[in-house]
Amino acid sequence: MADEVIDKAAAKDRVKRKKAVKDRWWAVAFIAPSFLLVAVFVYGFIGWTGYVSLSNWNSLTPDFSFAGLANYIYLFQDFRFQADLRNTLFFTLLFIGFVIVSGLGLAVLIDQKLKAETLFRNIFLFPMALSFVVTGVVWQWLLNPSTGYNTFLAFFGIQPLWYTDTTILGGFQWGSIEFGLPVAIIALVIAAVWQMTGFSLAMYLAGLRGIPEELREAARVDGASEWKVYMKVVIPLLLPITVSVVIIMAHISLKIFDLVYAMTGSGANFVTDVPGVYMFETTFRANYYANGAAIAMVMLILVAVFIVPYLLANRRREG
Amino acid sequence: MLKKSVGLVGSSLLLFGLAACGGGGSDSGSGSENEGSSGGSGEGGSDAEVEIFSWWTGAGEEDGLMALIDMFEEEHPDISVENAAVAGGAGTNAKAVLATRMQGDDPPSTFQVHGGAELNDSWVAADKMEPLNDFYEEEELNDKFPEELVDMVSSDGDIYSVPVNIHRGNVMFYNMEVFEENDIEPPSDIDEFFEVAEELEAAGVTPLAMGDKESWPATQIYENLLLANLGPEDYEALWEGEVGFDDERVATATEQFGQMLEYVNEDHASRNWQDSAQMVADGEAAMINMGDWAKGYFVNDLGLEVNEGFGYTPFPGTSEEFMVITDTFGLPKGVENPEQVKEFLSVLGSKEGQDTFNPLKGSIPARVDADESKYDEYGQDTMEDFQETSLTPSLAHGSAASEGFVTKANQAVNIFVTQGDEEKLMESMQTALDEEQQ
Repeated sequence: MADEVIDKAAAKDRVKRKKAVKDRWWAVAFIAPSFLLVAVFVYGFIGWTGYVSLSNWNSLTPDFSFAGLANYIYLFQDFRFQADLRNTLFFTLLFIGFVIVSGLGLAVLIDQKLKAETLFRNIFLFPMALSFVVTGVVWQWLLNPSTGYNTFLAFFGIQPLWYTDTTILGGFQWGSIEFGLPVAIIALVIAAVWQMTGFSLAMYLAGLRGIPEELREAARVDGASEWKVYMKVVIPLLLPITVSVVIIMAHISLKIFDLVYAMTGSGANFVTDVPGVYMFETTFRANYYANGAAIAMVMLILVAVFIVPYLLANRRREG
Repeated sequence: MLKKSVGLVGSSLLLFGLAACGGGGSDSGSGSENEGSSGGSGEGGSDAEVEIFSWWTGAGEEDGLMALIDMFEEEHPDISVENAAVAGGAGTNAKAVLATRMQGDDPPSTFQVHGGAELNDSWVAADKMEPLNDFYEEEELNDKFPEELVDMVSSDGDIYSVPVNIHRGNVMFYNMEVFEENDIEPPSDIDEFFEVAEELEAAGVTPLAMGDKESWPATQIYENLLLANLGPEDYEALWEGEVGFDDERVATATEQFGQMLEYVNEDHASRNWQDSAQMVADGEAAMINMGDWAKGYFVNDLGLEVNEGFGYTPFPGTSEEFMVITDTFGLPKGVENPEQVKEFLSVLGSKEGQDTFNPLKGSIPARVDADESKYDEYGQDTMEDFQETSLTPSLAHGSAASEGFVTKANQAVNIFVTQGDEEKLMESMQTALDEEQQ
């Protein structure tokens, strides 16, 4: 009797194991196509771009002879590329900063058990539904030096030049460019923040809802003011959300192309130029394929600097 | 487990689907409807189609293209035409799409390309074009275009494309009312320009409108100043590298360029050429240097009349020259049905074809024997000038030098417009030219 039970159990086990092996094969079979596609169309082409960036292919006739780092050296000596890196740095800092502050601020406001919560949430989320191109075209007119907000600001006697301003705040000569905050970038930041705040708002709102009420209660019982509750309890608990927002915004900001292309173009003296626009023009207008590939690789490295540590940290946490 | 597998299947299918769409999309472009309508015969007899690639999507030019296509289809009911136009000013987007297709060995049947370096240094040099000498013989086209024009579409004695239209780049359009009110005449040389500009500024009018959100309108002013100072022969020699940017006359032109920029509207960097041309139409600004597609804009988009709403005069100091921008069409290598494409080129090069297209587009015909009565006052004047003046290739529009150099020149000009460093501009131009000629 007892033997029989054991036999049955063993048989069941065998079937299970067989099924597990079979399942694994199925899993491999199902993953293989997308794995292959990603391997070829994502990583394969990244490799190809890297190869082209080391070649002499700078005309319509392909020329794969080895150029070493010539294309990269050219870029880092180039006025326009230096300006691009400066612009990207300041754009990224301002953009992420404002998206976090405004997203968190709005999320806290909405979290106050408002009556029309859904309405406000939708209003703030709405810009996210637009593409950057639409945003760019609209803000191009709103922040135009001769129309838009300036017709209103004229009452107060202020006429900012917005994205046509060529001033570099706190500028000093560095390399071939003036290093400092390009005023024109602020116009781009306003448009980008307007569009992406809804995203960080949604993230933070979810985060706020995830913080148990007891924690806040406990702090209040200990005599903490509402301000202290936020500063000492809520915001520290939102740190993982902040990290995610920074990562996602950073990769949008480092790769940005469409907003700039639609709204301002390269700008006078390249004050609103970004690597994405330079890459497009170099590759498809000037037919400097190797130069364009080098710009793409620099952009990839910039994004990787942000993303890779994040992925590694995530893996460690999960593992 | 089952759900997961289904999900995976779904997502891999989706991936495949996307990949397929991507491939198909870039092949057929905007013409997928046409392909659909030709139905089953499309597979076997796909050679009965001619795909025309251009950036003619604006008012006037699109009408011109459509009229041309209608004319062709009437003559050749057995050949269907696919209009693969890509929107975007001055063809910037279209050129990017074209480069991708040509690199991928998927050329359109024929495509719009400016005569000069844009054709010769790019596609001909990359060995992507068929010579059309025999075609010119058959169609008896050899003496129908000015010699200087045929030179622009030829490389090493072979002809590579058929010019359809001519635009002039060295035109100064002006607001007649503004000039009348202030009792001044439009300037005919550069000194006069500065005198007039002073007077206009004193009267509270922006003397010169410019819209350099994209840099080429500024580059266009610079090339016209170079032409005015160097004269037609040395102007061309400059791009050939025979006259250097250290030439005194180049320095003068550069200085004048800087001075001229002092008279432009402050918000120039936020405007494109249409927005700046509108300033002249509205009387906010007095003059604008623009290729004569601006005439099409004034007439078709703004509803103005020639010599009433706006006047025109050659760019100061260049009345004896004609800065040519010519749209041409060639025959790429690797096209399946070259004979039928040639049929289309033949319509394009014919007197009737050119006289159908150009009045609508607002340009003048490339042929010298066209019917003048079909053109407006501006067109007739320009046709006369076209035959009597020296033709010079435009840099800003890719006829004088390769796209690579043009892009670098535009960058240097963009920096100059803000920084005003003459030495730096000439130096960057010389460096870029040297690199290009290596």
